[in-house]
Amino acid sequence: MLKIENLHASIEDKEILKGLGIEVKPGEVHAIMGPNGAGKSTLSSVIAGREEYEVTEGSIEFEGEDINELEADERAHKGIFMSFQYPVEIPGISVTNFIKTAINSNRKAQGLEDMPANEMLKKIKEKAALLDIDMKFLSRSLNEGFSGGEKKRNEIFQMAMLEPKLAILDETDSGLDIDALKIVANGVNKLKSADNAVIVITHYQRLLDYIVPDFVHVLFDGKIVKSGTKELALELEAKGYDWIKQEVTA
Amino acid sequence: MNLKDKLATSFSVLENQIGGTDPVSNIRTNAIKQFETLGFPTKKLEAWKYTSLNSVLKPDYNVFAKKEKALEYKDVKQYFIHNIETYKIVFIDGVYSAQLSETSHEGLDVCLMSEALSKPKYKEVIETYFNKIAKEDDSLTSLNTAFTKEGAYIYIPKSKVVEKPVEIIHFATGVEDALLIQPRNLVVVEENAQVQIIERHQSLTAHPVLTNSVTEMFVAENAVLDYYKIQNDLQSASLIDNTYISQKRQSNASVHTFSFGGKLTRNNLNFFHKGEYIDSTMKGITILSDKQHVDHYTLVDHAEPNCESHQDYKSIFADKSVGVFNGKIYVNRIAQKTNAFQQNNNILLDDTATINTKPQLEIFADDVKCSHGCTIGQLDTEAMFYLKTRGIPEKEAKGLLTYAFANNVLESVRIPEVKTRINKLIAQKLGVDLGFNF
Repeated sequence: MLKIENLHASIEDKEILKGLGIEVKPGEVHAIMGPNGAGKSTLSSVIAGREEYEVTEGSIEFEGEDINELEADERAHKGIFMSFQYPVEIPGISVTNFIKTAINSNRKAQGLEDMPANEMLKKIKEKAALLDIDMKFLSRSLNEGFSGGEKKRNEIFQMAMLEPKLAILDETDSGLDIDALKIVANGVNKLKSADNAVIVITHYQRLLDYIVPDFVHVLFDGKIVKSGTKELALELEAKGYDWIKQEVTA
Repeated sequence: MNLKDKLATSFSVLENQIGGTDPVSNIRTNAIKQFETLGFPTKKLEAWKYTSLNSVLKPDYNVFAKKEKALEYKDVKQYFIHNIETYKIVFIDGVYSAQLSETSHEGLDVCLMSEALSKPKYKEVIETYFNKIAKEDDSLTSLNTAFTKEGAYIYIPKSKVVEKPVEIIHFATGVEDALLIQPRNLVVVEENAQVQIIERHQSLTAHPVLTNSVTEMFVAENAVLDYYKIQNDLQSASLIDNTYISQKRQSNASVHTFSFGGKLTRNNLNFFHKGEYIDSTMKGITILSDKQHVDHYTLVDHAEPNCESHQDYKSIFADKSVGVFNGKIYVNRIAQKTNAFQQNNNILLDDTATINTKPQLEIFADDVKCSHGCTIGQLDTEAMFYLKTRGIPEKEAKGLLTYAFANNVLESVRIPEVKTRINKLIAQKLGVDLGFNF
């Protein structure tokens, strides 16, 4: 589904990713862990198509197609979704109106008519229930004055509505208490299928107790320096990142 | 002949036409003298520093339309708030159209200035209110006063709550090569009365049209005036709007100005407080492109204690358009406990657009709350990225963020159909389908 090879990416001439490779197949859950400043958020931004980052070398393929030249919205139309670490507040646009616009933009890109209002409402209700979201919440302005937990839940709600093939969860656990974490993880698990894939980007192992990864990668200094199964996450949790740093620099 | 000379000649013609029965003859004569002394405003005046009338004054305007052209309702229906019942005062090329209008004398007067000037029963109101707050030292206002002939006359008696909004619409048909229209409106809302007014100037032609409008409004004790100006005119049309509102104790007046089109628009909006516990609101959404120019010039004269004013103008500029905001708040020495708020936020969508913004606070009382804030910025790139990752293309994302930026101004719009209409005009102006019902 997603194949990244020898990826080098810079922002303002500063190289952040330095030859990163990863392959994600349908039905898989990958966790990318790493210390602060390793390039985790850069990786998610580059996959999602943030313009400020320049890919200087290597390739990103999604379902066999090089997506490097595509705009963020075109990548979304292909089925890539990113849950933001810091979702943007947009006063004046309700969650419902926002998600309607997003859904219909995606449908338009696929040559489909707008989703009928009753179908939309049904879907909104269904997905809100899945994430234990109150319908009143959906009429509030997007992320404005939301708590950390509400913002993250809203991200996963959007993911549930948009039904992406590949979801990148960037530090979704940050700012969540354990109850909110369980709800969010539970939502992600319910949305999992054999056809879609998830990349969980996180600093801590905590979220991986609830969203169990098939593979764990350690990102350090712009490269994947170690890959393994979920046991690797536990090892990182117990030993910290210093031993990885030593291994790499040794 | 230049326009100023032409106006002097036309004034003599008008005087002869009206003859000796004119109740405002003296006011008229003084006003034309005043205009002749002052002339058209130039950029040398501080109040006109950023707005030049040169190009607007160039065409050879006819001061009155000599020819007539009728319009069918179905052809202009789109300019009315047609999905609700309204009173209508409609003018075509400055001339009243009985066919398109729905006036009334039943428990109120929604009719014409020409009627009010010519019938004895209105004499007292005219004597009490006409030209009482319009600024005499303003040359364009004086020009309008001199040529007072036609416009809307609205009188709402004590305790009358008018259920249907009043629409005032001026159409220009292009029957003349270039036309100057000078509507003169008088609105009196007596004690405890309430009225809603929607005003629009709409050219239907590529021929140049210049409108120099003066509206005087008197809002008595505990009365409510709710006034909406929809400015979405063609590139051939320019508007100078002079609105003067006098408020008495505990009254509430609000003016919403939506400026989306026209070659040049100048909105002179003045509030005068004649009592305590008055509430004045002035809000605006301006979205410009294509070299359009809008100048909002507001004044709130806090002359009495315990009054409030709320000002919120949101503007978006693209493509060589120019905006001016000059908001003056004057707080008199005795106007203690004044609450005056002013906000002017601007977004420049590209680097060819310009905004000149100037808050002007003159405060002579010491126990007051006055705040003003002005921002100039671009759309947030982080927000743009966020929207795009949800599959919303750049153009729609821009539209949505722009809409979000301006949209809180609509919260105080009390006629739902007007709100819907403005939302549609915003979407149209931004060239996007916002993809949801408002």
